[in-house]
Amino acid sequence: MNTKHAVTVDNAKEIGLLPKEFEKIKEILGRTPNYTELSIFSVMWSEHASYKNSIKWLKTLPRTGKQLVVEAGQENAGMVDVGDGIACVFKIESHNHPCAVEPYQGAATGVGGINRDIFTMGARPIAQLNSLRFGNIDMDRTKWLVNGVVKGIANYGNAFGVPVVGGEVFFDDCYYQNPLVNAMSVGLMKTENLVSAVSKGIGNPVYIVGSATGKDGIHGATFASADITEDSADDIPSIQVGDPFQEKLLLEATLEVIKSKAVIGMQDMGAAGIICSTSEMSEKGGCGMKVNLDKVPLRQKNMEPFEILLSESQERMLIVVEKGKESIVEAIFEKWDLNCAIIGEVTEGDRLHFYMHDELVADVPASYLVLGGGAPIYEREYKEPKYYKETKNFNINSIPETQDLKAITKHLAGHPNIASKRWVYEQYDSMVGTKNMTTNAPSDAAIVNIKGTKRALAITTDCNSRYVYSDPEIGTEIAVAEAARNISCSGGKPLAITNCLNFGNPYNPEVFWQFVGAIKGMSNACKKFDTPVTGGNVSFYNQASIDGTIEPVHPTPTIGMIGLLEKEHQMTLDFKKKGDIIYLIGSSKNDINSSEYLYSYHNIKLSPPPQFDLNEEYVLQAVIQKLIRLGMLESAHDVSDGGLFVTLLESAMPNSLGFDILTESDIREDAFLFGESQSRVVVTINQEKEDEFIDFMVKIKFPFSVIGHTTKGKIVVDDQHFGMVDEYKTLYDNAIGNKMKH
Amino acid sequence: MKFGVVIFPGSNCDHDMIYVLKKIMNQEVVELWHKNTDLQGCNFIVLPGGFSYGDYLRSGAIARFSPIMEKVIEFANNGGYVMGICNGFQILVEAKLLPGTLTANKNHQFICKNTYIIPHESKSAITRNLNKNEALKIPIAHGEGRYYADHETIKQLQANNQILFSYCDMEGKITPEANPNGSTSNIAGICNEGRNVFGMMPHPERAADPTLGNIDGKLIFNSIIKTLE
Repeated sequence: MNTKHAVTVDNAKEIGLLPKEFEKIKEILGRTPNYTELSIFSVMWSEHASYKNSIKWLKTLPRTGKQLVVEAGQENAGMVDVGDGIACVFKIESHNHPCAVEPYQGAATGVGGINRDIFTMGARPIAQLNSLRFGNIDMDRTKWLVNGVVKGIANYGNAFGVPVVGGEVFFDDCYYQNPLVNAMSVGLMKTENLVSAVSKGIGNPVYIVGSATGKDGIHGATFASADITEDSADDIPSIQVGDPFQEKLLLEATLEVIKSKAVIGMQDMGAAGIICSTSEMSEKGGCGMKVNLDKVPLRQKNMEPFEILLSESQERMLIVVEKGKESIVEAIFEKWDLNCAIIGEVTEGDRLHFYMHDELVADVPASYLVLGGGAPIYEREYKEPKYYKETKNFNINSIPETQDLKAITKHLAGHPNIASKRWVYEQYDSMVGTKNMTTNAPSDAAIVNIKGTKRALAITTDCNSRYVYSDPEIGTEIAVAEAARNISCSGGKPLAITNCLNFGNPYNPEVFWQFVGAIKGMSNACKKFDTPVTGGNVSFYNQASIDGTIEPVHPTPTIGMIGLLEKEHQMTLDFKKKGDIIYLIGSSKNDINSSEYLYSYHNIKLSPPPQFDLNEEYVLQAVIQKLIRLGMLESAHDVSDGGLFVTLLESAMPNSLGFDILTESDIREDAFLFGESQSRVVVTINQEKEDEFIDFMVKIKFPFSVIGHTTKGKIVVDDQHFGMVDEYKTLYDNAIGNKMKH
Repeated sequence: MKFGVVIFPGSNCDHDMIYVLKKIMNQEVVELWHKNTDLQGCNFIVLPGGFSYGDYLRSGAIARFSPIMEKVIEFANNGGYVMGICNGFQILVEAKLLPGTLTANKNHQFICKNTYIIPHESKSAITRNLNKNEALKIPIAHGEGRYYADHETIKQLQANNQILFSYCDMEGKITPEANPNGSTSNIAGICNEGRNVFGMMPHPERAADPTLGNIDGKLIFNSIIKTLE
């Protein structure tokens, strides 16, 4: 055994382990670990890999349903049955910390990593979404981050050849130092082709394929589990570098090798590199593994064993191959000009033995390294923060009732949180693969064709983190509900979710209170909509540390949801022609809580979340789904950020139509137009179908009201002319581009 | 007609093209692997979009040296039909089968969106059966699609009717605002003097499946098939 590096508790602390964890390691091994072994435990027990502070609560989420092919946490990504023997594999993941210091590579490797999670199971990625959050767009640092992140996603994803079909971009001061970059990938496969991340069959060879291993990303998982500070830029060696061309070759070669039936198990190498894949696959198969680290193709000379084990070099896979089928596998990787090296074999027992030139450099038990095995599990304290009570002090009467409504509409249409994200998404290839059905038919969720069937996927990512900050439980219920609403309004039925839980430091009880509330809200809503949680990731330590004060980001549990629709029921959000009647389904409320209007126009940052009732929301969506199936609607668009006026505007702009509406007399004008109370959908009805529509709505007894009609281009509210739709469109389309220019 | 779609490492629109030619246009299609040198008796070769060999040196610069390209160049020089879309166009330009060059977009960003293009009287298969007064909605997706050639070459292209398509507005007017990437004279696609080699940046294969709500690209494939069959 290599004992060159005698280690102490101080070494353990330096690489992120707690003293009591160091004691536990000594107990597990029955001796003091060497530095290589210590490094192994450090990354495998990091928050990022072990979920040690979150797993207790994650297990309370609803994780079963007849639509699931594999249960949450079983494989690299969730897997849902979409009919015809086809399964949809999907997952969302964060790459926040790398992006905070190196936005271009941080975002690029985030895209690479999430796609590998999909194709390592045997699915071909067909769509990507990303959910991005930055600080104030007027700040130079934010522009640098936006530019870098968008270019990173674009350059990687465009070359890899999977379209970006949707996502979110949001700006708030709380993300100034620590942006959130959450990437989601969705793939399709024949259910029978599933490849597990498992290692078994004593004597089977273990291959590493794809890129060579370098010193990039050492201790990346540990870096992801620490606070972002002013000094984080010093940690740049922890950032990995992406190569989309290698990823594209790896994708094609991997799918081809899976077809050959020579593969026992496979896992991509992401966080914590070789050690993570070897330990997780071995633990799952109940086997051990002998690995010769000197056989790993390297990109750099003089790499230490711990560096080879921990390296997070991108575009690599670990494959356990059925003995005797080595030549089949090698020929496929030869065809695609990729490295393919045997580095070891499956052994009996549960020990992982790592050798360097015949010298044993680490000897660790796989089961003690991984989540669900011996990795630590902690219960964290939590406590209601002071601000929570203060949110309830807000009174709508503190805002004057009579205001310049037109000025507010212009403020919102040109606000970066509301305005078109065209500057961002036009840099992404959104059409490669010829499956994106929303390019020419916009809807609330992205619609992606499942070729050769009558169905399509509806996909969306959603989270209004201001609502979650105001009330984590209700705010997260709303995030799930909004995702489901987007799918319902597009003609689909929600199926399942993946989540990306972005929070501050879990050792801060007030942050953990937010986390617990979010989990409870997610459970409530996912049970209601029968959308089980299939997996995802947790990203803690998202916070700013400026001059010694630590401010966590708003709690941001991003929901990635998929749904299924019959293509004949695809519904769009755009007004179709002038003279259609505009109805609001759901009821207007005297509520401006946590609206963009209240937050950025009146500068009131603390108020409760908008009014929301989960049962009412559920019925609303059932009504919308029914109306679409009955063919009664010309368009459907939900009311969300910016309120009813913005919803109308977004429906009006695609075909340059306008609208003429009347506000409700017993609701404040600002609440009616800009309030964000939930469970509302704007629909248009062809005049000829109006009677039938009213009959239906009366019969089912769900609140609805006529609010006006579509026009040739004029926007009129209570007989007051607000301007032509194209004036708004110019403002809306160019707001972010203009900001990025300066 | 037998179409051959070349697959380079890094091609990513190859299967979109094959799908459209096979399933939408009902043509015979074979895949041509970059390491091979057999064109399998195809009478129309397509170089699809993507990032061949990662496009790390310059778009299309490495692909032109691949084994299959040696045969494609020979085929084209003997009058065989070759069409390059996007990265395929870049490869044809690198291989000197088409004049000019494709440089970084004017805004130095990748651009993916629907654009309108107007077909010209080029006496070539690709535009022969298209209405010359009607703009087609065809999407672009590229970082280096700004067509550039010197004044002399542009004059020649115009004089010989080698310009296939120009970027235009919805009504078919060729305006500076309708030029998405800064291409000289709004050029979106050209052919060689022999009218057997075509290159264009917009992707007609992305506008051919009725499921996607736009079939303007199908008109271009129709024109080719109708002329050559």
